Amino acid sequence: MSGILVLTEQSSGAWHPMSFEALAAGIQLGRDLSLPVTACVFGRGVSGLASELAGRNVQAVVALEHEALGQYTADAAVAAIEWLVRDLQPDYVLLPHTYQVRDFAPRLATRFGRVLLSDTTGYTIESGAAVFQRQLFQGKLTADFAFQAPAPNFVSIQAGAFRADALESDAASVSEKAPVLNVSSLRQHPEAPFREAARAVDLSAAERIVAVGRGIQEEGNIPLVQELADAFGAELAASRPICDNGWLPMERQVGSSGQTVAPKLYLSVGISGAIQHLVGMKGSRCVVAINKDPEAPIFEIADYGIVGDLFDVVPALTEAVKKARS
Amino acid sequence: MKILVALKQVPARDSLLRIDASGRWLDESDLSFEINEPDAYALEAALQLKEQHGGEVVVLSAGPERAVSAIREALAKGADRAIHVEQENLGEFDTLSLAKLLAAAASSEKADLILTGLQSDDLGSGQTGVIMAELLGLPHATIIMAVEASGQGVRVKRELEAGWFQHVSMPLPAVLTIQSGINKLRYATLMGIKKAKTKEVRKLTAAELGVQPESSVSLLRIYQPKRVKQTQMLAGAPAEQAAQLVEKLKFEARVI
Ligand SMILES: Cc1cc2nc3c(=O)[nH]c(=O)nc-3n(C[C@H](O)[C@H](O)[C@H](O)COP(=O)(O)OP(=O)(O)OC[C@H]3O[C@@H](n4cnc5c(N)ncnc54)[C@H](O)[C@@H]3O)c2cc1C
Repeated sequence: MSGILVLTEQSSGAWHPMSFEALAAGIQLGRDLSLPVTACVFGRGVSGLASELAGRNVQAVVALEHEALGQYTADAAVAAIEWLVRDLQPDYVLLPHTYQVRDFAPRLATRFGRVLLSDTTGYTIESGAAVFQRQLFQGKLTADFAFQAPAPNFVSIQAGAFRADALESDAASVSEKAPVLNVSSLRQHPEAPFREAARAVDLSAAERIVAVGRGIQEEGNIPLVQELADAFGAELAASRPICDNGWLPMERQVGSSGQTVAPKLYLSVGISGAIQHLVGMKGSRCVVAINKDPEAPIFEIADYGIVGDLFDVVPALTEAVKKARS
Repeated sequence: MKILVALKQVPARDSLLRIDASGRWLDESDLSFEINEPDAYALEAALQLKEQHGGEVVVLSAGPERAVSAIREALAKGADRAIHVEQENLGEFDTLSLAKLLAAAASSEKADLILTGLQSDDLGSGQTGVIMAELLGLPHATIIMAVEASGQGVRVKRELEAGWFQHVSMPLPAVLTIQSGINKLRYATLMGIKKAKTKEVRKLTAAELGVQPESSVSLLRIYQPKRVKQTQMLAGAPAEQAAQLVEKLKFEARVI
C-alpha cells in the first residue's frame, strides 16, 4: 500500500485517549497528501475495539492480534508492528507520543533504518511534502524537520496537538492479522501496574489551584506560596521537580505523570511550562503565570501574565487577595 | 558490575537562547553548559549500583571539545574513566547516526548495563538509549524510577502515566533510560575533583569508529514559538501588578 498507518493504543480493552488525536492527525495528513489512512489496534482480543475504529473516517482498519501482545512489552510490540509495517508498506506511520510509544517506537524505526520524529506538534506542507514541527529546549523554541529518507517514515504526535475527531463516517473494512512472532525472543517480563499510595488530595475537584515550580528555589520558601494559596482558598499543587525533591508530596504533582486538573483558576508560580506539565492543567478555565522569564512557554497558554521575581510578586499578591476577599 | 553511562552536555537550564545566523542552531558564544539533567540522574544511579555491587562506572559522551567539562564533572562525582567521542560536527548526525556513534564506542566495553537519561533538554527526542539498545541487540526499558540488579538480571520500576508504575524484569546486559528524580544527586567533593584529573579519558572520533553522519531527518530551521493565546501581560511594580491581577480575576474572569 501507499498511505498512512496510524497506530492506536489500548490497555485491557480501554482506549488511550491520545489514540484519537493521532488518528485526527493521520486523517488530516491523508487529506493533505491524498493518501488513504489505515488505523491499527494491537493487543489480545481487540476485535471489538477494531470495529469502533471502523466508523472513524478511515479507509481500513487492522486488528493486530497475538497472545504475546496481551500485556505490553517493548520486544513484542516492536516485533509485531515491524511485521505489520513490512506487510502494509505505508509511507507514514503515525503514533500518539505516549509513554508506551516512547518505549518502543525508536526501536521500531531503527529496524527500518529510519529516525522517528518524536513528539511533533503539527505539520505544514512545503512544496508538496510534509514538514513537521517539534519543540526544542522544553518548549522555548520550535524547529521544523523534514524527512530525507524514503518510506516508511515514523512520526509521533504530542498530546493535545490535534483535536480528537468526533466525525463518524461509514464503516471501513476491518481485517484481522496475526503477526509472526518468535515468542522465545521476548526479553521483558512485566508485572501488574500499580499506584504508589492512595491519594489523600483530589486536586481534580479543586476550584482554585496555586501551583509552584522550581523557581521557588528551596523547600524553606514553600510557605510563601502556601500563604498565597490560603488567601485564594486554593489547593497547593506543584510541578514535578518540587515533588521529586520531596518538598511537596507526589499526590500534589500536576502533569502527565501526576494529576490532571481543570479548576476555575490555575495560578502558576515559577513554572516554565514544559509539555508534561501543561497536559495536566491545560483544561483550566483561567490560567495565570508568574515567571521572571518573559519567554517562558507557560505564557503561551496563560490568560494573565506577570513577568517578575516571584519573591516580590507573590507577597504583594497575597496581600492584595486578602484585602479583596475580606 | 560494569556500567556504562551515556551522557550529554547541554546549554544550562535557565540560559537565554539566541538563534544563530544559520537559523538552524543557537549562538553558543555566551552560553554556559551543564550535564543534561536526566543524564545526571543516570550517572547517580550507576554510582549507587556500583556502591551496592562493586564494579566500574564508565562515562561515554559524544560532544565537541567543551564536553570535557561535563566528563570531568562525572569523573569528579565518582565515575572511574571516560570515553569522549570528540566531534565538532555532531549537528550533522541525526538521532540514528548519533546512536550508531555511541553504540560503536560502547560495543567493545561489553558493559552489563548501559544507562542514559530518558531525554535531552535541548533536542528532546528521547530516543538515544532505545536506539542504542536496538543497535547492540540488547533489551531495554524506559522512564525508569528504580533499578534492582541481581546476578543475571535486572528488575526496574517503569513510570507509566497518571501516577501508575510497573515493575519489569529482563536479562543483562540491558539498556535503561533513567527519569529525573529517581535518586538524590551527589555533589563532587574536593577530593573527587582532584582525583578526576588523573582519571583516563579516552578520545575517539567518528572516523575511528567508522560511523558517518546521516540525515534521514533534517532540521530546517528553528524559531520562537507562535503564541496561540492572547495573554494580558500586567505591567508595573509588584504591588501594581498584584492589584491589577486581583481586579481582573474578580471582575473579568470572575474566579474569586
Ligand atoms: C516522561 C516525563 C514525565 C514528566 N512528568 C511531569 C509531570 O507530571 N509534571 C511536571 O510538572 N513535569 C513533568 N515532567 C518534567 C517536565 O518536563 C519539566 O522538567 C518540569 O515540569 C519543569 O518544572 P518547573 O517548570 O518547575 O521547572 P523549570 O523548568 O526549571 O522552570 C522553573 C521556572 O521558574 C522561573 N523562575 C526561576 N526563578 C524565578 C523567580 N525568582 N521568580 C519567578 N520565576 C522564576 C524560571 O524562569 C523557569 O521558567 C516530566 C518529564 C518527562 C520526561
